Amino acid sequence: MKYGILVNEGPYQHQASDTAYQFAKAALDKGHEVFRVFFYHDGVNNGTRFGVPPQDDRNITTRWTEMAEQHGVDMVICIAAAQRRGLLDEGEAKRQGKDGDNIAPGFRISGLGQLIEAGIQCDRLVVFGD
Amino acid sequence: MSMLHTVNKSPFERNTLASCLGHAKAGSDILLIEDGVYASVRGTSHEDMVRSAVGQHNVFVLGPDLLARGMNPEQLIEGIAVVDYGDFVDLTAKHDKVQAWL
Amino acid sequence: MSEPWEEEGPGTIKKFMYVNRKAPYGTIYALESLEVVLIAAAFEQDVSMVFLDDGVYQLKKGQETQGIGMKNFSPTYRALEGYDVEKLYVEAESLAERGLSEDDLLVPVEVMGREALTELMEEQDVILSF
Repeated sequence: MKYGILVNEGPYQHQASDTAYQFAKAALDKGHEVFRVFFYHDGVNNGTRFGVPPQDDRNITTRWTEMAEQHGVDMVICIAAAQRRGLLDEGEAKRQGKDGDNIAPGFRISGLGQLIEAGIQCDRLVVFGD
Repeated sequence: MSMLHTVNKSPFERNTLASCLGHAKAGSDILLIEDGVYASVRGTSHEDMVRSAVGQHNVFVLGPDLLARGMNPEQLIEGIAVVDYGDFVDLTAKHDKVQAWL
Repeated sequence: MSEPWEEEGPGTIKKFMYVNRKAPYGTIYALESLEVVLIAAAFEQDVSMVFLDDGVYQLKKGQETQGIGMKNFSPTYRALEGYDVEKLYVEAESLAERGLSEDDLLVPVEVMGREALTELMEEQDVILSF
């Protein structure tokens, strides 16, 4: 099966992002394809590389990055939601005249069309939120 | 056509489970996750609602969420099955769509 | 309707349903859900929007937001028709529970009973809940 996953909540604040990760991992373990994880609402905060969780806690962003790198999962952060909340990649920082960017490796910023496309192309779209 | 419904809210906090049950067709499957697992045990004021749901649906509870919250699988309402994340994936594959009740 | 041979091709038309169960302003879900629908309209899919539970409050007439310093996005619901998003369904039971009727809504909708709505949900290919 080809899966699309929508994550609507930020890391640490709500379990949605953890559940989505465990689900995606289980799907990959079973040999399914995870085509794309789309981060929306506060979910865009999953993609900041500036998070420094305590050492005895999980690093949610790093986990997503590793999943992207090891399994080729497309991790997409919604640009409109990201702009509101201060998530920027290099190109976006330049365009907006900001003095830095904060997106983590393995993530990319793109439009809501990527969510709709995942809905069209995937066999299943599974939503995790609050 | 068939549907898997997920519910992630405690029935004490929001009407999510009640709304899900009001819209789930008989025969569709229901999976309780995150704080939704609090609905799965015996002895709560929502037990009657959940028992009648078990009569019309396959009701599942995500084991890791249950254990994380200190809830005992032996206290589950009869007919509710404990599943893991792999089973969650299987349930989404079995049905042709998933509706998340948030 | 798409022809059977088009099912997996680029011309695939899926039934997308956007389920709104949250009131506006208290959280951002209503606004950002609307943004998804506006983008989705460009993909020429079969789009329906459903309002139930507190989601019916999104369509309440007479929203005045100056006092809270937030943007009143309710006029956008009236613009949906221009995007060819014409299937707006409101659950009759949710309206009645809240002491509202169709006359309280700011846009023409189809008021539908819970049972009919359940059937409609079953017909969908992708359900996005906010």
